[in-house]
Amino acid sequence: MTEFRRFRGTDRYLTSDALESAVNCALALGRPLLVKGEPGTGKTLLAEAIAEAMQLPLLTWHVKSTTRAQDGLYVYDTVQRLYDSRFGDGDVKDIRQYIKYGPLGQSFASSGKVVLLIDEVDKADLEFPNDLLHELDRMRFRVNETGDEVAAKERPIVIITSNNEKELPDAFLRRCVFHFIDFPDKELMKNIVAVHHPGLDRALVEQAMAVFYDIREMRSIRKRPSTSELIDWIAVLKNAGIHAVKLEKELPFLGALLKKEQDLAAYADQLAGGRRFRS
Amino acid sequence: MFVDFLYELRKRKVPVGTQEAVAVAEALAKGLHESSLEGFYQVSRALMVHSEQHLDDFDIAFGVAFRGAEATAIEITEELLSWLKDPKPLRELSPEERAMIEALDLETVREMLEQRLREQKERHDGGNRWVGTGGTSPFGRGGENPNGINIGGSTGKGKGGAMQSADARKYKPYRSDASLDTRQIEVALRKLRLFAREGTERELDLDKTIDETARNAGELEVVVRPPRRNNTRVILMMDVGGSMEPHREYVQQLFTAAKRATHWKELRTYYFHNCVYGKVWKTDGFQESVTVRDLVNECGKNSGRSYKLVLCGDALMAPYELMGFAGIAEDDRVTGIEWLMQLREHFERSIWLNPEHPRGWKGNTIEAISKVLPMFPLTVEGLSEGVDELIKGRRSRSRVV
Repeated sequence: MTEFRRFRGTDRYLTSDALESAVNCALALGRPLLVKGEPGTGKTLLAEAIAEAMQLPLLTWHVKSTTRAQDGLYVYDTVQRLYDSRFGDGDVKDIRQYIKYGPLGQSFASSGKVVLLIDEVDKADLEFPNDLLHELDRMRFRVNETGDEVAAKERPIVIITSNNEKELPDAFLRRCVFHFIDFPDKELMKNIVAVHHPGLDRALVEQAMAVFYDIREMRSIRKRPSTSELIDWIAVLKNAGIHAVKLEKELPFLGALLKKEQDLAAYADQLAGGRRFRS
Repeated sequence: MFVDFLYELRKRKVPVGTQEAVAVAEALAKGLHESSLEGFYQVSRALMVHSEQHLDDFDIAFGVAFRGAEATAIEITEELLSWLKDPKPLRELSPEERAMIEALDLETVREMLEQRLREQKERHDGGNRWVGTGGTSPFGRGGENPNGINIGGSTGKGKGGAMQSADARKYKPYRSDASLDTRQIEVALRKLRLFAREGTERELDLDKTIDETARNAGELEVVVRPPRRNNTRVILMMDVGGSMEPHREYVQQLFTAAKRATHWKELRTYYFHNCVYGKVWKTDGFQESVTVRDLVNECGKNSGRSYKLVLCGDALMAPYELMGFAGIAEDDRVTGIEWLMQLREHFERSIWLNPEHPRGWKGNTIEAISKVLPMFPLTVEGLSEGVDELIKGRRSRSRVV
C-alpha cells in the first residue's frame, strides 16, 4: 500500500468528508479532479487550499473562450526571434530560447510536484477538453519545433473547475475524479463564516445568515447568492459598523448579495408583496 | 456484491463500466475508504459519477445495493482486491470479469439486450455497456464477450464466439440514427463555419513578415493581419405545434445547441406552423411576426450578407395546406410551396431538417417539399450531411426520394 499525504482542508478552507475523499482519490490515483458547483462555493479556492496544505507551488491556468489547448503547453515566440535576428540579441540559432511554456507545460517541466489549477474549463471551445486528453493522461508532450519531449517527473495535482456552461465530453469525464460542491448547510456555513470573520458578533452572524438563507429561498431570484457573497456582505457590514440586520426593503449593502438588476427588482417585489419570507 | 451494485447503477443509467470499477478497486487497495462503508460511498461516488445529474441515481442505487450492508463492506473490498491480484491491461479481461460475463445465459442476455436497446440513446464504441463496437458489452459487433449477441456482421478478431447473430437492420436505428444529444448536435453544428479575416489587426502574418523583411534587405518588417473569424450567419425556422408535438424534445435540443453555438456571427430563430406562409414569428407563441418579404430583403442573397437557412419541421400536412391557398390574409394568393420556393431562391444555401423517419418520406407532402428544399433527417448523420450541404452546397436535391 502506498502511503501518501492526505488532504484535510486548511485553517481557512473548510471541507466536507465527500470533498476530502474526492481530493484524496485524485491524489492517490494521480487523476485530475473535476470540481463543479454553484458559482461562489469555493471551486477555485480549493486548488489554493490544496497547494497550501501540501505546501506545493500553485500554477493557475485561467481558461478563456479563445484559449487553445496548445497555449497551455507552450508558445513559440516567433516575433521575439525575428526581432533578435534583426538586432543581434540573444542566440537566434537556439530555438529553445523562444519556446515559452504555458501553465500545463510548466507544471510538467517543474522539477518538483506542483498543483495545477485549470480554471473554468467550460469557457473554452467545445474541443478544448478533448485536445488535452492525451497530455493529462500521460503527463507529457512533445515540442514540435525542437523535438524535445517534456515529461512530468512528478505527476502534478490537477484541479479542473467547470461552471457547466458547456457539456464536457465523456472521454474527458471518464478520466477525472468528479466532485460536485454542495451548497454548505447552515452548520458548515457558520463555521466557514467564523473562519473568515473570527471574533465577529454572534448575533450579527446569526441575523446575516438568516437573511441570506431567506434570500436564497426566494423563487424569483435568478442568481442566488452563495458563500462568497455572504462572506463579502458580512465583511462590508462589519466595516460599516452595522450590528443588526433583518430582512427588509432597505437592506444595507444588498448589492453585495444580489448582482443582477432583475434580482434586485425581484427582491423588492417579494418584500412588498406580503413579506412572506420575513423571518 | 460489488458487481450487483454496478448493474444497479447501470440500470439507473449511470454510465459506469470496467474503467470505473477498476479505479474504485485501485482506490480501495490504497486504503482511501479508510475501511468504512461511509468512506467506500465517498470514494465510489467520486470515481463513478461524472456529472451531477447522476448523483441522485447513484444514491438510490447505493441504497438498494448496500442497505444494511455494513458487514458485507469488507467482503466487497476483498472481492475488488482479488481483481487486482492478477493485473492485466484493461482490454484483456481478467478471469473474474470474464467469468462474470460468461455467467450470463442466453435468455438473460436477450432480455438485457432488449432493455438496453430501449435505454440506449446514442452510438457507443469501445465501452462495455451499450450496444456498439469494439467493447466488452455482451451486445454489439467486434466485441470480446464470448456469450454476447452479435449485431450485424462478423465478430471481431475471432475472439468472441457469438451465440446468436441478430439481424443487423432491425436494430440499426438504435445505434446511430435515432439518437441525438445536445453535445452531438453542437459538434455537428461546429462544422458550419465560414472564416473571414475581419476586425483589428492583431495577429502576426509570419509568411508575409519574412517576405517583407527579405525584400527590405533584412530590415525587420512586421506584417500583421486580423485574426480569422467565423462569419457564418444562420437563420433557423422551426415548425411548432400540431404534428410536431412528438418531436418536441429533439427540436428543443437542436434549438439549445444552436443557441449555444457561439462560433457563429449571428443566429436568428423564427417559428412557423405547418409551412411558411408569408410570415414567420419570433416566439413559439406566435407573437411578433416578420413577413417573409422583409426577411428576404434584410437577409437574402442581395442584402450583401449571406445567411444560411435551416428549416426544421415534419413537413407533414394536408395537401391543400401546401398546394392550396391556406395562407394568411395579405399574401393569400401564394401557396405554401411557392413560399418555400421563394425562400430557396433568396438564400444562397438552405436545408430542411425533418424529425420524421425517412421511411415515411414518400408519397406525401414531405416528398413534395423535399423536391424544393434539400431534406435531411434530424439525426446526427442527417445533420452532418445537412451541414455539408450548407457549406459545400452540393445540390443533391431530393436525395431520398
